[in-house]
Amino acid sequence: MMYSANSLVEYLEHSARARPEAVAAEEQGAGVIRYRELDELSDRLRDRLVELGVGRADRVGIYLHKSIDSLACIFGILKTGAAYVPVDPGAPAARCAYILGDCAVKVVIVERDLAGALQTELADLGAAPALVELAGVGGGGPLREALRSASPPAETATPRIEDLAYILYTSGSTGKPKGVMLTHRAAISFVDWCSEAFQPEPDDRFSSHAPFHFDLSILDLYVPIKHGATVVLISEEIGKDPLRLAPLIADSRITVWYSTPSILSFLAQFGRMQRYDYSTLRTVLFAGEVFPVKHLRRLKSLLPEPEYYNLYGPTETNVCTYHPIPAVIPDDRETPYPIGKACSHYRIRVLDDAGKEVPAGEEGELCGSGPGVMEGYWNLPERTAMAFRVDESGERWYRTGDIVVEEDDGVYVYLSRRDRMVKKRGYRVELGEIESGLYRHPDVREAAVIAQQDDDFGVRTIAFLSCKGEEPPSVLELKRFCMENLPSYMVPDIFRFLAVLPKTSTDKVDYQSLKELAAG
Amino acid sequence: MASHDDIKTTVKGFILAEFLPGEDPNLFQDSTPLVSGGILDSLATLRLVSFLQEQFGVEIEPHEMTTEHLDTLTAITDLVEAKL
Repeated sequence: MMYSANSLVEYLEHSARARPEAVAAEEQGAGVIRYRELDELSDRLRDRLVELGVGRADRVGIYLHKSIDSLACIFGILKTGAAYVPVDPGAPAARCAYILGDCAVKVVIVERDLAGALQTELADLGAAPALVELAGVGGGGPLREALRSASPPAETATPRIEDLAYILYTSGSTGKPKGVMLTHRAAISFVDWCSEAFQPEPDDRFSSHAPFHFDLSILDLYVPIKHGATVVLISEEIGKDPLRLAPLIADSRITVWYSTPSILSFLAQFGRMQRYDYSTLRTVLFAGEVFPVKHLRRLKSLLPEPEYYNLYGPTETNVCTYHPIPAVIPDDRETPYPIGKACSHYRIRVLDDAGKEVPAGEEGELCGSGPGVMEGYWNLPERTAMAFRVDESGERWYRTGDIVVEEDDGVYVYLSRRDRMVKKRGYRVELGEIESGLYRHPDVREAAVIAQQDDDFGVRTIAFLSCKGEEPPSVLELKRFCMENLPSYMVPDIFRFLAVLPKTSTDKVDYQSLKELAAG
Repeated sequence: MASHDDIKTTVKGFILAEFLPGEDPNLFQDSTPLVSGGILDSLATLRLVSFLQEQFGVEIEPHEMTTEHLDTLTAITDLVEAKL
């Protein structure tokens, strides 16, 4: 297979040569950075990291809010040949420290306000990576300032296409997040497919709505940078606020939007979109969860011009199937649109429990093979082995855990999950990870979490608890405890208390009864 | 016109019913942190704002959708009262 580049760094270097004065990235309220400047600033970070001993096969953590600074960090890290590991600056420090300790980062680039708590947590884990501290983030200034004392100039590494480019951690059913390892090849094969499917131009302006630890960011960042276009960085805070997001999309003249359906639903419901001019917007991409037709229809009535695509694929594969949404959604349609056909860099099979391919029209697990698939989970060889089926020819097929059916013409339709993973506001949540978090509360004896689909709320999580002692802890206390121990999207929406949790005949928690209890 | 206490009672009832089902109303106090305490996430905040707008006929502006204005029952009540 022919790729457009051998490493993600080449995309930046190429655009910096071809369009040095073009704006590479814009950050609301903090200015812009041109390709030449982004190239130079990331060179300075490369020099510092090399001085700290970072090189190929290493990992470097990014613990920063989204900004021109954190974007430059990504390229600085890639230029050393190392992989970057972005962690959520809004998540509890203990979870972030676990991730950075788990993959043994050599250096963490961190905002000063976050550094203290992180260091304490890392020390508890026996990890002591070097820190590059920034006074804050915004426009690239804080990173420049942190690198003011010059390091000896280093060479940009030429990573091999099979080297790791980044590790993205996702929710783990055992209570610990797991690191999905992706190579330059995986990213480049996906970016090349995007070029073919969406025909980006240098005057395009891409949204960057998803955080960098979320795989939607791969499209947001590398597609515009490959094509010398502009990426508009949207902060975590504005990103979740439709009232500010709606004017931002119009004012920053975004041409290609990419996000989860949740935020698009919120925009349509709460964004007062009729006030603004969206004439530059040509493409709307969404991924990460099912888009209820009711909300998609409403969005399309507010924004009729752009082309819409449903993109599908877990972090382990990034996008592997896609489906264009028709210009007009029939009034009587209620079923969500399909996940669509295989992307050109993927082959898809639907397999039964025994690993045998099922004919079109029959249910089975969607499995994908191609250059976009992950290498495996960091330091989890058994989990990695379980995630793949290997066919007679030795080809690895990633098992998505999604039950689908193939309709006519190779179009796949999502039906359900094989396990206890749910998507809440586009975030992947293992209900088991929430349970593990609840078990850390001293008063909790038993915890079981289920998810419920709700038209107004999307997915709601309901925690059933049985507690030690007479009085269960208050809901307020449990919410506060969860906020300290789990990312906010994992905090259960509803708590219910039982004397004991219902059990099956094999003495396991009877989730079916709990679902009935929740529905009744 | 609704008094400070009327507004507070209405808002409290809405939050308890929607986002804290089963909680003892006495534990939900005027100063209980709602956003930082995990009671109001982004969607819950939007639903609360929609409720306030419809219930009291006020318009909440984008720049007011901050933790500062929405983190406690007192802050929310003040925000609404100032617009009546």
